[in-house]
Amino acid sequence: MAVDYAALKKGGFMRQKQKNNFSLRLRVVGGNVTAEQLAKIAEVAEKFGDGHVHLTSRQSIEIPFIKLEEIDAVKAALAEGKVEPGVCGPRVRTITACQGNAICPSGCINTYELAKELDDRYFARELPHKFKFGITGCQNNCLKAEENDLGIKGGLQVTWRESDCIGCGVCVKACRTEAITLEDGKITVDPEKCNFCGRCSKACPTDAWDTVSGYIVSFGGVFGNHIAKGEPVIPFISDHDLLMKICDAAIEFFARNANPGERFKFTLDRVGRDVFEKEIREVYENG
Amino acid sequence: MAEIQIADTVDITDVVCPVTFVKAKVALEELEIGEVLAVRMNDGEPVQNVPRSMKEEGHKVLRLDANEDGTYTLLVQKNEE
Repeated sequence: MAVDYAALKKGGFMRQKQKNNFSLRLRVVGGNVTAEQLAKIAEVAEKFGDGHVHLTSRQSIEIPFIKLEEIDAVKAALAEGKVEPGVCGPRVRTITACQGNAICPSGCINTYELAKELDDRYFARELPHKFKFGITGCQNNCLKAEENDLGIKGGLQVTWRESDCIGCGVCVKACRTEAITLEDGKITVDPEKCNFCGRCSKACPTDAWDTVSGYIVSFGGVFGNHIAKGEPVIPFISDHDLLMKICDAAIEFFARNANPGERFKFTLDRVGRDVFEKEIREVYENG
Repeated sequence: MAEIQIADTVDITDVVCPVTFVKAKVALEELEIGEVLAVRMNDGEPVQNVPRSMKEEGHKVLRLDANEDGTYTLLVQKNEE
């Protein structure tokens, strides 16, 4: 019987250069793996692989040297530890994320919750080509949001609250974009310069800032044979449901317009970024 | 504003991150709760990060003064651990 490599690839089994050997990609969301899952993965790698795993460039785990005839046994064994195969090929890929504000002091959003939500919503959805989501919690950009077809970066929209301010000037120095000035005991924030990093609020000794957390979304990043940075359309999106609608709209645009094997960036270039931006702005304004 | 009584002064302009914060933290450990430490630091990374680190450790930042030589002096009041 002929081997259906496309079906295997779809199911996360990557053909190796060694005949009949596959590297099994696992489903990981937001870079988090439980100890229970790790124990099962270790057991499977010992029993069915060659005793090692590979950490992929996008936060997944692959178990190499899985034999073709043992694929079903491997899947069954992994399921005991709540581990599933991942995907490859033309579809929505692993949703990557940094640790976000659940763990990291710099984080502005809960990246893991968002990664799980996007995973539930889109994971493995069939598209003309691969489609990558990446979520980073703040401007430090540890997760490199703009490398992805759709990148999400957490931010804070800040408003100075005069009643609690002691005029210390810590925020002026904490700001890396020189957006804040302190004159006669009054703080001014230049909206043209503010990049929503939230450092002013996080550094403020008296928490004299009202903050709204939100998302900076970039579209059309690629970081493979071709390298280009994703670019935002809307500067800052504070509403979670609206973020989801914008993600839906971007994926629908890609599904409707992309040629097979064409990454999002090249669809945007061919169809026109202005056409895409118009659609996104409509969603942003009308929901 | 009432005069702030400074219990001790530490100069962290001679070290770089992350020792800046460590040096200030060690100096603060010598103080009693409620006493104030003056920390002299360089512009740039130290003044961007040390005040925030003090806050995250639970201490109270009172003031940040610019000095004539381009350095900054942070007044921080020790809180309970």
